[in-house]
Amino acid sequence: MSLTLDEVRRIAALARLKLSPDEERTFAGQLSAILDHVAQLAELDVSGVEPMTHALAEGVPLRADERCPGLPPDEALANAPAREETFFVVPRIIE
Amino acid sequence: MSAELFSLSLAEAGDLLAAGRGSSRDLVEAALGRIEATDARIGAFLRTTPERARAAAAAADGRAAKGARLSPLDGVPIALKDIFLTKGVETTCASRILEGFVPPYDATVVEQLERAGAVVVGKLNMDEFAMGSSNENSAFGPCHNPYDLARTPGGSSGGSAAAVAARQVHGTLGTDTGGSIRLPAAFCGVVGVKPTYGRVSRYGVIAFASSLDQVGPFGRTVRDAALLLQAIAGHDPRDLTSSTRPVDDYVAGLEGGARGLRVGVPREWLAGGLTAGVERAVREALATYERLGAKLVDVSLPHSRYGIAAYYLIAPAEASSNLARYDGVRFGLRADEGRGLKEMYAETRERGFGAEPKRRIMLGTYALSAGYYDAYYLRAQKVRTLVRRDFDEAFRDCDVVAGPVAPSVAFRLGEKTADPLQMYLADVFTITANLAALPGLSVPCGLERESGMPVGLQLVGRPFDEATLLRAARALEREAGPLPAPRIA
Repeated sequence: MSLTLDEVRRIAALARLKLSPDEERTFAGQLSAILDHVAQLAELDVSGVEPMTHALAEGVPLRADERCPGLPPDEALANAPAREETFFVVPRIIE
Repeated sequence: MSAELFSLSLAEAGDLLAAGRGSSRDLVEAALGRIEATDARIGAFLRTTPERARAAAAAADGRAAKGARLSPLDGVPIALKDIFLTKGVETTCASRILEGFVPPYDATVVEQLERAGAVVVGKLNMDEFAMGSSNENSAFGPCHNPYDLARTPGGSSGGSAAAVAARQVHGTLGTDTGGSIRLPAAFCGVVGVKPTYGRVSRYGVIAFASSLDQVGPFGRTVRDAALLLQAIAGHDPRDLTSSTRPVDDYVAGLEGGARGLRVGVPREWLAGGLTAGVERAVREALATYERLGAKLVDVSLPHSRYGIAAYYLIAPAEASSNLARYDGVRFGLRADEGRGLKEMYAETRERGFGAEPKRRIMLGTYALSAGYYDAYYLRAQKVRTLVRRDFDEAFRDCDVVAGPVAPSVAFRLGEKTADPLQMYLADVFTITANLAALPGLSVPCGLERESGMPVGLQLVGRPFDEATLLRAARALEREAGPLPAPRIA
């Protein structure tokens, strides 16, 4: 398994990561080595095996349908890199 | 006086306060003094919170004076991995992307510990986003092993283990996704417990791989770890994955010994790949169990050798999803060069994440991307079922499974940083308990003769049977005696 630089760039774009050319080359090699290691899973016959989709056998409990207090807006916005009144400010999305 | 206080175990410190022979104020000053004196060399703490700690100590002393201590932990100094949200105290997960982040609420476990009266003196170093086995992935510098400063304390909860080993605090909390409590506990010669998935709340714990992450304690002794676990175990309606099962008493049966205990020894775990010193120490621990009246049982975990492969698909896949929230919009770093929203996301994440989170986000994104999901993520989830079945089968014949925590003692700083796959293989024995959602712990079983470094014995138990694990660990600890304290050179 060998990832090409183009594949690395495609994955980075999906992950919203901007990589330097150095990082692209390093990751291509390292990710290829890791994928070679995980390829051993193909040796196993998993036909008829259910995937473990829940780590807890009890299932998911539901809470009562009641109102719960949330954070006050000022506290929720206290860590915002940019805010205006009770809004997060982001770069322009629609030109 | 202070010089002796920091070397007390958590239980001893609590007893001192209960008997009125000491104050929380003195314990806190001793801990802060010890941190001041040693942490430039150890690097266990990312920050201390002396003012809050002193205020909490004064309150604890007030309760003690009225005979109204809240718990055995009341007034005892502890510290937290920097993955736990602490209201009003910066929490970074050792990442630049969260530098300056001040949480608006506490994690449930932080509330529980403070409700029990424990005094938090600071936040501990770790691998960035809990991704790593050596603490070298911290964005704020490495942590050093108190037994040999040139070696790693293990990771990802390196600071949590090192702080306890270095006698800086009497107990700590960490998290374990693939071995991040047990590995550093083994490397630093302390006790570390990863409870059953669902036993401890993860509300307010920064998420890495949500089907694997679990919170647990570090202590100098098994009793200390049991006391901390008792304070944090239990259902939390704010954590969807937290179990409603009643919590056992972890302390009551601690001295019950090992007579009649069936200790399963997975043949695959001793089949080679261990250093001679680790193998010798583990075999001696098994012989000790036999001498104490336990029965050693040969068991097989045939799929454990696929653990690393399954884990390095599942954990990165979940991480790539969990770490999507760090986008520069609501909290943490924003890198905005005025080129638009998508560019802002990518620039923020490029500048804010270190190499290991990037590597895992890339791996996880690939494993989940169109055309690869069935071959990678789904297949890994099926292998996870096989790993769990191995344990279910083994537990028909035994009460606990015992083996090494890691193939070697603590390795040297820098030794594995160039090759991520070699670093990942340090978790080969711990990862299966996470995949199977089972409780596991590391208890010291001596020093390796060649290096003088601590070796840990790993015990894995049935779901929610932490009490048996702790009793078994205590039986070994009582026989082996405490490790010599590190001489921090």
